[in-house]
Amino acid sequence: MRAKIIRKEDIAGLLESLMGEYEMFAPVKSDGLVLFERISSASEVFLDYQNSLMPPKQLTFPQAETLFSYSSAKGEVKIEVPHREEKPQLIFGIRPCDASSFVVLDRVFDGEQYKDPYYLQRREKTITVSMGCVKPRITCFCTSVGGGPFSTEGSDLLLIDIGDRYVAQIVSDKGAQLLEKRGFRDATEGELALAAAVIEAAVASMGPGVETDGLKDKLDSRFDDSIWQRLSEKCLGCGVCTFLCPTCHCFDIVDEAVDSKGERIRIWDSCQFPLFTLQASGLNPRPTVKERFRQRMMHKFSYFVDNYSRVGCVGCGRCITECPVNLDLRQVLNSVSRLEGVK
Amino acid sequence: MKNPYLPVPMRIERVVVETEDNNVKTFSLSFLNKEDEGSFTYTPGQFAELSALGKGEAPFGMASSPTQPWCLEFTVNKAGVVTTALHNMEVGGILGVRGPLGNGYPIEALKGRDIVMIGGGFGFSTLRALTNFVLDDANRRSFGDITVIYGARSPGLLLYKDELEEWQKRTDFHLYLTVDVGDEEWTGRVGVVPKVTREVGPSSENAYVVICGPPVMTKFTLPVIKELGFPPDRTLLSLEMRMKCGVGMCGRCNIGSKYVCRDGPVFKLAELNQLPQEY
Repeated sequence: MRAKIIRKEDIAGLLESLMGEYEMFAPVKSDGLVLFERISSASEVFLDYQNSLMPPKQLTFPQAETLFSYSSAKGEVKIEVPHREEKPQLIFGIRPCDASSFVVLDRVFDGEQYKDPYYLQRREKTITVSMGCVKPRITCFCTSVGGGPFSTEGSDLLLIDIGDRYVAQIVSDKGAQLLEKRGFRDATEGELALAAAVIEAAVASMGPGVETDGLKDKLDSRFDDSIWQRLSEKCLGCGVCTFLCPTCHCFDIVDEAVDSKGERIRIWDSCQFPLFTLQASGLNPRPTVKERFRQRMMHKFSYFVDNYSRVGCVGCGRCITECPVNLDLRQVLNSVSRLEGVK
Repeated sequence: MKNPYLPVPMRIERVVVETEDNNVKTFSLSFLNKEDEGSFTYTPGQFAELSALGKGEAPFGMASSPTQPWCLEFTVNKAGVVTTALHNMEVGGILGVRGPLGNGYPIEALKGRDIVMIGGGFGFSTLRALTNFVLDDANRRSFGDITVIYGARSPGLLLYKDELEEWQKRTDFHLYLTVDVGDEEWTGRVGVVPKVTREVGPSSENAYVVICGPPVMTKFTLPVIKELGFPPDRTLLSLEMRMKCGVGMCGRCNIGSKYVCRDGPVFKLAELNQLPQEY
């Protein structure tokens, strides 16, 4: 492992020195909420957090963005794609689960057949400095879905807290360049051993997860089981799970217009809402909460696997912690897995 | 990188009111910018997103055939906000077109085969495209027997009436028109599409059947198709779903792991049999 040592008191200086080059985003605490915000000073960064209420997904896939603007006059229509800011962005302090969510979103937006230029341009200009999780929450289950509290997927640098210093694991060339010529020394064998111990302890502290053994096949074969009715009964269909999910990518496209000018805008949408699939004829293929609830589970743990050879979940646990009726995705999936009397 | 969200502007050259209830219109379009023409090469069964700028987009199968390069046509049933806005547009109006999208009918697989097309309602528009494609002088010899069964609820709701008249004069394919309920002037068949399909009884030997119509027609036609011996991998259906992006990203038109926009809208029944019945 290639790693440098950054003393904690040097973090502020490092961030300040990078601010000219990057738009800098980091966890910021305000009104009791930790969210990723644009910062203009290292003093705004708040690192004593387990995870932000919302993932920093909006930095590559904004909640609302203009796809193009148009104006029409005298038999002509002019269509213009908005000009984009050229400056790269740095996300500091992102958790490994959220960093790997970018890799999940890449699968969708960087398809073989179609590419989403809006997402991909932002993604290409994004560099991630992740903060490994020394103390995972009891609702975290990254280790069930191929990640871990110190997983490097989607990160350019991964910081491992070993007390008064961080072991900065260099994951990508972008990450290596970030630390170049700044005088950080290489980590010693002893420091790497300390880091390994921290990682081991964090992994050992993980709470109960999802039993993923054969999960996709079980979900597929139990699609029509009555258990979905029971499991979804208390779901309110509020959609907060999808709103806070780092991997949810569904969106709506709407036009906003005044007279002959307007914009076509893409906005996050949710499979939990009845309008999501309601057809103009009145037919709705997912007419009740049951079908919509099942869709979220199936999409992430079966359909996504079919399409992109990985699960569409990074185990951040936000859908568990923020659900108003305490629906726990782990329990839902395990209930389906453990169903008896069906193959 | 090609931006899949940008429509190209097209001018409305002609509007035909197709049905007596004025609810279905066919729009013939031409490219406003000549350089866009080359970017739109399609096969029957594919679709495009039509923009009424300021109101939004909705998906429609191409009603014209690529063998008729002089026009691009869409048949629009007025049902919601976008289709109402489209219906309010007139000749000379400009709308946006984004496509072609989706897979279309598997033309290569259909070559050398008999083709039975079964359509109902305004779902017939994509079968009209396929019919014109296979009947084209350059293509007709590549296909075997062609049978088209097309039904509407009433005579006044049949689309493409002038063209149907022309087709009835042709001797190189079989056309069966039917209506659920006739009127004083109607002298043709009366009966719903599944019933007529059974009466016509097309042979399934070396044949593909292509179905496009309202869900209720499809539901009752499929058992007849099965009786006639068409295997699921030679039974093609064209599906509809609410769509937005058209490129498999916005997440709403899936049936199981398949996106109707990207992986469809044409599916073999054999494929659909493997998917959840959520459509």
